[in-house]
Parts: sequence; C-alpha cells; structure tokens
Amino acid sequence: MTRLAPEPVRSARHATRSIALLPLAASLALAGCSSSQPAPMTAAATPAAPAALRPLRVTAPSPDPRIGLRAGLFDAGQAAWNVRLVSTTPPAAPFVGVTNSDLAFKGNYAIQGNYNGIQVWDISSPARPTPVVTYVCPASQSDVSVYGNLLFVSGEGLTGRLDCGTQGVDEAVSHDRLRGIRIFDITNIRDPRYIANVQTCRGSHTHTVLEHPGDRDNVYIYVSGSSSVRPAEELAGCSGLSPNEDPNSALFRIEVIRVPLAHPERAAIVSSPRIFNDLVAPPEHGLAPADLAEIEAARRSGGFVVGQGDRARVVSERRYAPVLDSIMEARGGMGAPSAADTAALRSILEERFGRGRPEPSDGPAPGPTQCHDITVYPAIGYAGGACGGYGLLLDIKNPAEPRRMAAVSDSNFSYWHSATFNNDGTKILFTDEWGGGGAPKCRDTDPMEWGADAIFTLRGTRMEFQSYFKLPVAQTSLENCVAHNGSLIPIPGRDVMVQGWYQGGISVFDWTDPKHAVEIAFFDRGPVDPERMRSGGSWSVYWYNGVIVSSEIARGLDILELVPSEALSRNEIDAAKSVRLEQLNSQGQPKFVWPNSFALARAYVDQLERSGAMGTDRVASVRRTLSEAEGRSGASRSGVLGSLARELGDDAAGSMDATKVRMLADVLRGLANGG
Amino acid sequence: MEESIQRDLPDARIAPARGLMILAFALGLAACASSAPAPAEAAPRLAELEALYRARQDSAFLEVSEADVAFMMGMIDHHAQALVMSAMAPRNEAGPALRRLTARIINAQRDEIGLMQRWLRDRGRPVPEVDASGTVHAPGGEHAMHMDHELMPGMLSPEQLDELLAAKGTDFDRLFLRYMIQHHQGAVTMVHELFATDGAAQDELVFKIASDIQVDQTTEIERMQLMLDALSQDGRNP
Repeated sequence: MTRLAPEPVRSARHATRSIALLPLAASLALAGCSSSQPAPMTAAATPAAPAALRPLRVTAPSPDPRIGLRAGLFDAGQAAWNVRLVSTTPPAAPFVGVTNSDLAFKGNYAIQGNYNGIQVWDISSPARPTPVVTYVCPASQSDVSVYGNLLFVSGEGLTGRLDCGTQGVDEAVSHDRLRGIRIFDITNIRDPRYIANVQTCRGSHTHTVLEHPGDRDNVYIYVSGSSSVRPAEELAGCSGLSPNEDPNSALFRIEVIRVPLAHPERAAIVSSPRIFNDLVAPPEHGLAPADLAEIEAARRSGGFVVGQGDRARVVSERRYAPVLDSIMEARGGMGAPSAADTAALRSILEERFGRGRPEPSDGPAPGPTQCHDITVYPAIGYAGGACGGYGLLLDIKNPAEPRRMAAVSDSNFSYWHSATFNNDGTKILFTDEWGGGGAPKCRDTDPMEWGADAIFTLRGTRMEFQSYFKLPVAQTSLENCVAHNGSLIPIPGRDVMVQGWYQGGISVFDWTDPKHAVEIAFFDRGPVDPERMRSGGSWSVYWYNGVIVSSEIARGLDILELVPSEALSRNEIDAAKSVRLEQLNSQGQPKFVWPNSFALARAYVDQLERSGAMGTDRVASVRRTLSEAEGRSGASRSGVLGSLARELGDDAAGSMDATKVRMLADVLRGLANGG
Repeated sequence: MEESIQRDLPDARIAPARGLMILAFALGLAACASSAPAPAEAAPRLAELEALYRARQDSAFLEVSEADVAFMMGMIDHHAQALVMSAMAPRNEAGPALRRLTARIINAQRDEIGLMQRWLRDRGRPVPEVDASGTVHAPGGEHAMHMDHELMPGMLSPEQLDELLAAKGTDFDRLFLRYMIQHHQGAVTMVHELFATDGAAQDELVFKIASDIQVDQTTEIERMQLMLDALSQDGRNP
C-alpha cells in the first residue's frame, strides 16, 4: 500500500519559554460597534524609523541577577539594573500584613491604598518618605484617585462598611455594607474628612477619574466592578439577571458617577452605559508565524490542511491513511493514489475534520459583563477599556456617554486588565492579568504570550496588534507574577514605560518600536517567604515628578530613580524630570509636554547618535555649539541657538530621522526665543 | 441605581483593624513604637514589624467560616474535573485553538487548586489531593470518594465524561466546548451561592479566589461560546 508522503510537521516555535503549545498570536480585531470613522488621530509625531536606523540594543546583565534571589520579607535579596532603590519604607503598623494596593499623587504626597484603608506619605524627600496619615477604613481594593481636594477610594469586597468599622459584615444582605466609591475631602491632607459614598451594584474594583476639558464644574468617575451583583434587598434596583430577562441588569455595563466640584457630597450615578452591546462578532483569529509555518510545511509536503483561519488543522497520516485506503479499495486501485483519490480524500477530510455540523447556539449572552479598568486620555478624547475578554477603544468626548469605537480580542489573553496609551496617542498597550495577580505566572513553564502586555498601534480608531512583551526573566513558583500596573516615563521622543509585575519586580521597557519592546532597566527582590507563596511585589509603579514610586504589597513603599545607561542617557532622564505634574492618577493619563531646555535638546542629540541618524562628527559639533550657547546669555545665546536651529532645519530633509532633527531644531528655536 | 449618601462619617484613623486588638495584646505591639533607627520617625524595628506581619497573616487562619471551607473543598473537586476534561484534548485530536484553551485551563486551574489547598491546610482542614490525571483523593487517603457531583453545579456525569472521551477531532472540540461551558457556568453559580451565604467570603483570600473564578470563567465562557458559534457557522456556510 502506498502512502502519501508523510508530513514533516514541525512547529517553528520561536518563544523559547513556551511549553508544548502553539503560541498563536491571534489578535483578532473585531469591527467596532458602529462605523469605521475617519481617523481623528494622526501619527505625525511618532518617530517612524527608517530601516537604516539602528534599533535599540542593550547588553543585559548575564546571568540575569534576578535569578536565585534570597527570600525574605524585609531582608530579601535584591537585584537592580539601570535603576537605584532610593528608599523602602515599611507600612504603618495597622497596615502591616495587609495588602497595599494602588497609588495616586498630589503635590508632594503619595496616597497609597491598602485593604485596611489609605496611607498618605510625604515624598518631598524621596530618601525619607514620612507618613502623614494612616486612615483605617477597610475595603478591597482601596483603589485611590485624587482630584483637587477630593480623594476617591474603591470598595468591592464584602467586608467594607459605611462606618469604616473593621469588624466586617457577616450578613449576606446588610445596609451597613459599602461597595462602591468613598469620597474624602483632603483640603487638609493630614485630616481627611469622609464626606460621601456612592453605592454601586457590583462595587468598585477600580475606578477612573475623568476631567472633561469643557466642564469645569464636574468630574466624572468610571466605575469598574468585577465581582458579583448585590441583591436588590441590599441595594434597591440591582439585578444580576441577564439583560434579556431584565433590561435593568447591572451586568454588561459600567457606571458613570458625576461629582459636582462645588458639592461633592451630591455625587451620584448619572448613567450606566452599555458599552458592550452587540459585541458579538465571531473570533477571526489571525495566525502567528509559528502556526503559518506549521501549516505551510504540511502543505508543501503534500499533507492535508483542512478548515480555514484559526480552525485550520493538519490531518495526520495516521488519520487520513485508512480513509485513503478505503477510497482506493473502493475503486480497486493499486499503486500510487491518483489525483482523483486525493481530491476525494480532501473532500472527506474537509467534511470530517474541517467543519462541523450546524448546531443551534443557546449559550449565554455574548460580550463581557464588565470592565476591569479603564484608562482615559482626555487629551485625545479616547479611553482604553480592559473589559473581560476584550480591549476596547472608547470615545469619551461626552463623558457621561462613552461610546465604543473598536474592540480587540486575543486568544492568548485570559483577562484584559488595564490600558496605557503612548504620549502621542498612536499606540495602546493592554495588560493581561492572567490568574488574577495571586498566581505565579512567570515561571519558565508559562508561555511568554500569556499574562503579558499586548501592544497595538492606533490607526484612526483601528487597533492593530504588533507584539507581546512579558517580563523577560523567569520567576519562581513562590512569587505571584503577571503583568500589572505601570505608567509612561516622559522620555521625550520615545515610548518608555515602567511596570509592576508583582513579585516579578519592576521592569522599565522601551516600546517605541511596537514590534520589539526592549527591557532597559529592572528592580527585583526574592520571594517574600522561602517556604510558600505569600502575596507580595509591586502592585503599581508610576513615574511621578522625577522618581519611580512603587506600592509594594507586603513591604510598603519603594522609591527608585533611573540611572543613566547605554539605553537611556543622563540628558534623557533630566528631560523626563523637567515634566512636572500637580497630581497624578495613572488611569487618567496626562499628556506630557516638555518645557524647552538644554537637557531636552541634548536628549534628542543623544537619540540621534544612538540610532545612527546623525554622524559622529555632526553630533560632536552640535554638542559643542550647545555648550557654547549655554555659556552665553541673552541675544548672544539666542543668536547661536537660532543659527544652529536653521542649520539643523536644513539638515533635516537629508536625515534618516528627519522628524527628530526637526524636533531638535524646534527646541533650539524655543530656547532662542527665551522659552 | 440607588445611591446612598452618608454625611459626617466617623473619622476612623484610630480604629483597630479586624482582629487586630487581640494580636496587639498578644504581641505587646499595641503602640508599635520603638527607639530603633528606621526610615520613618518612631517606626518600629523591622523585626517587630515582621513579627506583626506573621502574626496578622496567621490570625486570618483563626476566623474560619464553614461556608468558605465547603466552597474551597467543593471547588477543588470541581476544578479537578476541568483538568480531567482538558487533559483529553491532545489524544482526542482537538484543534489548535481548543488545545490552546485547554492548556490554559490546565495551567490556571492547577494553580488555583494549589491556592485552595493551601488555604485549607493553613486552617488545619482536611485537604483533598488531586493527582496528575485530575483524580481527586479525598482527605484521609481513600481513593476518589467522588463527592456527590449532582450536588455541585455544572459537573459532568460519568456518562457525559465517557461521551467526551469517545469524541474525536471536531466532534471533540464541539462537545468539549459545550460541556466546559456547562462546567464553568456551574463554578460561577457556586460563587453566587457563596456570596449569598451569611458570613461567607469575609476572608480576603476567599473573596479574591471566588471573584477571580467568577470573572475568569465568565470571560472564558464567552470565548468558548464564540468558538462554538464559529464551529457551527462553518457547518452552515461551507
């Protein structure tokens, strides 16, 4: 009996740490709800790198010092690369052994959530943060945000009480329970006054404060609640039925609270937008290179590939051989199978393996029932929603009525957790909190596509998948680890982000090239406990006014600073430090604007040198001229700068990175004009 | 949407946390003051804080709700069946998308079983063991008592398991998705029942595990439903 040639199906696995899984990079772009609108955003400011520019290369320490760190609560081994730990301050006694959560900032203060309340730190001196107030008022997760003199705190767990009591709430239905948003007046931050609550049906796992540029009288809060719906006996009007059974269902919606700034105690829910409606498009997974390679290899060797798209599968010889035998037997054939035999086989296999019989679907209502977190970026009028199995792009120009513009899903993503835009609004990064943050998902057996970041470009309102980024070092099974909260670092001309990976530590990475994110700095500790997994690590880490501040779940507050390296120059760090904010809620993303400075100009020169876009001699002469100008003042300085700006303006057209040369010239012009 | 507003709420800065009082007395740490050098003024020594950390973590083991224990015991068994179902995928020639799904279910639910076992062990409760095949060994060493599956929502009957074991290729994919949706919906029901029980899920870890199971499995149900719809659509539109 003659067989078809066996199929040498080889998986072209590229992810070195994947287990025996096909890492299908299936980013499936689902059509948005309404229409594909013309692009409101353009990518003009993104430094698009011509092929000739040198990609960012770093020499990471080898072996990786994060491996094998000693365990300990306050004395764990530490590893740092291109960052320096400035201080670690343990929690105040009432919060020791209780989870520290998210961070918000106002002036010189860092406000840290804790499952037992809120902790305010004065971080004027990063080397010695001082406790300002420890306010005991239990609720998980105590996600915090500030706006002016108001502080908002999320409560979701069943133990949160209206009176801040610590005894929990034993009854399944109770009017003592708080699940929603607590509002504090922090006009005197040493003495927060608890002024109001807004109760919601699912509580508040996280929330996002949205300032609307056209509305000076109010701020808005998007509430994401991911736990169960409260009984109507506890909070009237709450229904956990499906929307088909009850149009007022608390599922499949978010809540929008409006807070009148003159009367914050009158804060109330103003809308419950059903931003998930009609999110029913079937999955159209794109295939990853590894999958395409497998299928192509099978095709080339005469094997059978049946089905289409993500359902394509290779039928093994073991399965098709008996079928082919029976076809040939039926025609009494001998020798090699004919083309007709092969065609008949293909038809049978398609029927048997490629697709199934139709089956009526009587499954659950489609679409996510909630968001985990929403990041608003008012400067561009959009928000990124991390909602169940989807990443959403929302139009927030009308704050009370956010509209879904696009949705993406990804078969490697378990649970969409949070979103971060790049400063230009031309990219969006989503995280996947696979395992919920309590599990060790960075072991060497966990695929690099799972529990990672997914980077998308934004072309108009279309999100296009580019690549994954995951903490590039394995952690032990004693360390809870998965992608978690972070923020941009305002490095001008680049997209650089700092991110917490729980006990995976803190990672700084460059995602200017969305297809190749590169880690450029890290800080890590050994496990909290040498014997067993205990929750710990960086819940959130944000850049705020020159320092990196991390909320350590078990160990308190860490403050770090960047150290210059081949991947990040002193000038770039100084330029980042020149961006000052009065307050920061990382989920209310601020647009960074860099004041003109010599550091900013030198940062661009450093980047042009690093990428090879400016030759060595030219770099040296530009730097000389900058130093010369800095040594002068008044009209003399302006003259030197203006002249260099003109020269660079002329250079730009011939440069491999014309955009950045022009950005440099603009800074010089600004400096020349005294600004 | 109801809202309730409460004004002039008590200032809670000095209130001790749940269970803290006993500990503070036990450890003599009530004041948490110390003369040792530390980053913050009047901060206690790190050794004292570490003792407080251990004591507070251990104190969570003292207040145990029977509803929570029953939930954890039951959910271990429930998760174990998901392992059994998912482990069939390679041999039953599941498609690539389904294999990816089952690999993730195995990874996720194995970790969660570990978390739940630890929770029970910490509280001195009997711990069901789950072997590599997903078979549950009841506490005490007897083999697979197999608790009343009918009592746990979503569990597959032995007949359903046999049916799944016999299915191959696309038929397996389809049947697996149907049964795993049923199975996951059962887990979500168990969470709802837990939260509707007086005294339940006051424990931080129980609330977190139950909430995570609810969101993860609700998300996965939706993904599986889309996969199932896609398989069916292929059949309708050849």
